[in-house]
Amino acid sequence: MTTSPTTPSPETVSFDTVANAEATPDQEMPYAELGLKPEEYQQIHDLLGRRPTAAELAMYSVMWSEHCSYKSSKVHLSTFGDKTTPAMKEHLLVGIGENAGVVDIGDGWAVTFKVESHNHPSFVEPYQGAATGVGGIVRDIISMGARPVAVMDQLRFGAIDHPDTARVVHGVVAGVGGYGNCLGLPNIGGEVVFDPSYQGNPLVNALCVGVLRHEDIHLANASGVGNKVVLFGARTGGDGIGGASILASETFDDTKPSKRPSVQVGDPFMEKVLIECCLELFAAHVVEGIQDLGAAGISCATSELASNGDGGMYVELDKVLLRDPSLTPGEILMSESQERMMAVVTPAKLDEFLAITRKWDVETAVIGEVTDTGRLVIDHHGVKIVDVLPRTVAHEGPVYHRPYARPAWQDGLNAATLSGPDADPQHVRPSTPEELRATLLRLLGSPNLSSKAWVTNQYDRFVQGNTSLAQPDDGGVIRVDETTGLGVALSTDANGRWTKLDPYAGAQLALAEAYRNVATTGARPLAVTDCLNFGSPEDPDSMWQLVQAIEGLADACQTLGVPVTGGNVSLYNGTGEPGQIDSSIHPTPVVGVLGVIDDVTRATPSGWTVPGLSIYLLGTTRGELDGSAWADVVHSHLGGLPPRVDLAAERTLAEILINAARDHLVDAAHDLSEGGLAQALVESCLRFGVGARVSLDAVCARDGVSAFEALFSESTGRVLVAVPRSEEVRFVDLCTARGYPALRIGVTDDVCQPGAGVAGAPDEDHEHEPALEVQGLFTVPLAEARTVFDATLPSHFG
Amino acid sequence: MLTGARIGVVTFPGTLDDRDAARAVRLAGGEAVALWHADADLHAVDAVVLPGGFSYGDYLRAGAISRFAPVMGSIVDAANGGMPVLGICNGFQVLTEAHLLPGSMIKNDHLHFVCREQVLSVENVDTAWTRLYSVGERITVPLKNQDGQYVADEHTLDELEGEGRVVVRYRDWNPNGSRRDIAGITNAAGNVVGLMPHPEHAVEVGFGPDGPRGPRTGTDGLRFFASVIGSLVG
Repeated sequence: MTTSPTTPSPETVSFDTVANAEATPDQEMPYAELGLKPEEYQQIHDLLGRRPTAAELAMYSVMWSEHCSYKSSKVHLSTFGDKTTPAMKEHLLVGIGENAGVVDIGDGWAVTFKVESHNHPSFVEPYQGAATGVGGIVRDIISMGARPVAVMDQLRFGAIDHPDTARVVHGVVAGVGGYGNCLGLPNIGGEVVFDPSYQGNPLVNALCVGVLRHEDIHLANASGVGNKVVLFGARTGGDGIGGASILASETFDDTKPSKRPSVQVGDPFMEKVLIECCLELFAAHVVEGIQDLGAAGISCATSELASNGDGGMYVELDKVLLRDPSLTPGEILMSESQERMMAVVTPAKLDEFLAITRKWDVETAVIGEVTDTGRLVIDHHGVKIVDVLPRTVAHEGPVYHRPYARPAWQDGLNAATLSGPDADPQHVRPSTPEELRATLLRLLGSPNLSSKAWVTNQYDRFVQGNTSLAQPDDGGVIRVDETTGLGVALSTDANGRWTKLDPYAGAQLALAEAYRNVATTGARPLAVTDCLNFGSPEDPDSMWQLVQAIEGLADACQTLGVPVTGGNVSLYNGTGEPGQIDSSIHPTPVVGVLGVIDDVTRATPSGWTVPGLSIYLLGTTRGELDGSAWADVVHSHLGGLPPRVDLAAERTLAEILINAARDHLVDAAHDLSEGGLAQALVESCLRFGVGARVSLDAVCARDGVSAFEALFSESTGRVLVAVPRSEEVRFVDLCTARGYPALRIGVTDDVCQPGAGVAGAPDEDHEHEPALEVQGLFTVPLAEARTVFDATLPSHFG
Repeated sequence: MLTGARIGVVTFPGTLDDRDAARAVRLAGGEAVALWHADADLHAVDAVVLPGGFSYGDYLRAGAISRFAPVMGSIVDAANGGMPVLGICNGFQVLTEAHLLPGSMIKNDHLHFVCREQVLSVENVDTAWTRLYSVGERITVPLKNQDGQYVADEHTLDELEGEGRVVVRYRDWNPNGSRRDIAGITNAAGNVVGLMPHPEHAVEVGFGPDGPRGPRTGTDGLRFFASVIGSLVG
């Protein structure tokens, strides 16, 4: 056979076989169209000792993709494992490498959690991209043997007023809600960020957490010769096939359709049924090993199960139930049709297994069995089309040491500071009471600081009846054990602007904030998951950002004593020419922290509910404004260096917050982040509509900052707490004993004082309404703040 | 505590709030009995809750496929014989599809899924499910739906109003465009009630809507379940 187009005789099988590959060694294969480099194709050739069949090429191409193989990040990701000390593994039941990490939370309970990206599909087709992002992470959690109990989503869009943003926002929010709501999983928090750097590259990350008993942990491996390989759930269709047309090359037939949709289509109803079906299968102890089908579909599930097991696997591909009978073997192997699972089942338990899937009306096919050959062999209609060593597909793909270097533009970016004596004077700071008040309201109504209720009110936060805290509180808190109240808290964070200024520090700041948020709810941080969203690994600038962020995060995890248990890397988030300052998105390492709390009814909310509480500011305020919300909103400025990272301080602060919650010393606690003290005060007031009267004098005097800096600096390690008068002595002792700065700055109040000469003070008609009063400077009635806070998202997306 | 009342909670494929409804029954002092859509046997229950969710994915039309489940035949017969039946959200949709209650639910007028803490007024306290409330009482209960806009023809609406069959009405804000702010109705006999809001999410301090005692302390939904248990035992 030659490489020129030929028409096979009708008698010939219409697909490429191992025998055919051996007989036609010179047949050119469309590896480039499938995203493989020439040297990668040569490597496959060398592994097999012949050219790959079309089906083998399909498998290798998807499994060796950046998304599945981590070929550019692998050498750096090992840092997480290297820096995890034995002490950090104390609570770790399953670590990196499985579908998700599993953490011991005590009393025989375990939780499994992970955050993953679905960025590129969500730009192409926002609704389905986001929906199937939720679906994929939920199946990862199920496949560990857990019941999913909550989801969170981290969404980043382009500029709020860009003409394309509304399309993406509407689709993504409806997709996350449409899928998650239909699964009966409470959505307990997340992030919504608008920034021009995400124009054309929105980030859609989704996190799921599940609960299980220690003995229920399931792993993805195929062991026990003769055990059956079972595919169940939705049928396999032509959706989600990696963007290319192996079909035409494979069949040498130009008359068939060659383009398949590359974005998957989700069916949340099927997934809900699959969750309940899997949980019943686990409870009946009829599953030996299990793997969900996500990226790379059957290619991934068969090769990973076989590679993790102790033998080989034989599969009859024509047993796979199809939605579309015209699919080629390569397409069946690559299809990313959703809501499918693959299990390994002993012959003795197969009938019981099938009875349970039948009860749930879940279609099931026995497609193969575990063998002792050590090879993954796949037949199609009795003819061998795949014969490979499974680990060469699943785990021994190419590994790249990509070049990386500090970008040429980095020094200039860091020099453009708004803080300290080098600050450019043209970036005017507000100073009068009127200007400070106007700045507070301007930030409050800015897209990233305004209320996210327009988004979160489209998600169910009540289902399952175990939600103790959800957005807008600092972390989501879910009850695990209904008899004891044992539960978990979760928070995620990333600040792309800070990470752009310093990727090492930026990743640490993301961890520090998520860790602080979890502790703010009263939970003890235990473990970490991360989703590293970066630009092209082939751009040394982006690669440097990735390497710096991984090192920063791994170092910080070690200092805080919390291990990374799993996560995901999303690269190629950029459309510009390499080497420019705006080639890619802001590097965005989303870090999720999971904590445990003995009794969720003691979790601390973010707002005060009654007047008469003392408000304390914990931590030190420095004049840190680079990368801040003020710099962004008022001056459209990004430059300088991010706030200082002090992990020892974060650890001490967390201990104080956890002890204070346990001993009922605080009624409310809220972390200071974007927008600084001003934003935190307003949010804590608006949470339950109770106002506050504070003075900045003591902060300014102690920390040597101006009123402007006290209000808008974004120094880390700071939290606002509201303490009942009866507990003040104990609370202050708690902070003093640990040497942590604590300053009483005011009180909560449900009426404001008649203002004497301060900006925005209410007239006589309104002086009895709740307000935030900054003594000697200004007053903001909460009704006015509420209007500003709530208006922004509805005005753009209503 | 009252005991002895067996309350069935039905699970269809895609039901989401069945475990929540069972918890509400237990917290109200009853015994929750799981009923399966494909099993026509009601297992000698004294009353039935059809919980919320997206049964059959709301495909075709919310509740349209579930009404044909084997268990529904038995429930329709029992309801016509006087057994108390409560449909919540998707369960309400199933009850209208099964013609136990008039009218129907269409997509929310603003076209979005909505989740909020909803203020309601209780207008009929003579049903099996509301006798522990007082007329005009304001309660706060979570609401969450995509297809929650209650519609019926004017004649039916007038009849519901005239016979006092509007059980609860939305207050402060109509979250989905429902005709005449209707959030829940009953049949003429008062044993079958359908609600769009979710009382089973407001039954336990710490996990409900915000209440007068603080964040998430609202338990206004519990009396729907206590009412029926009281009427069965009492």
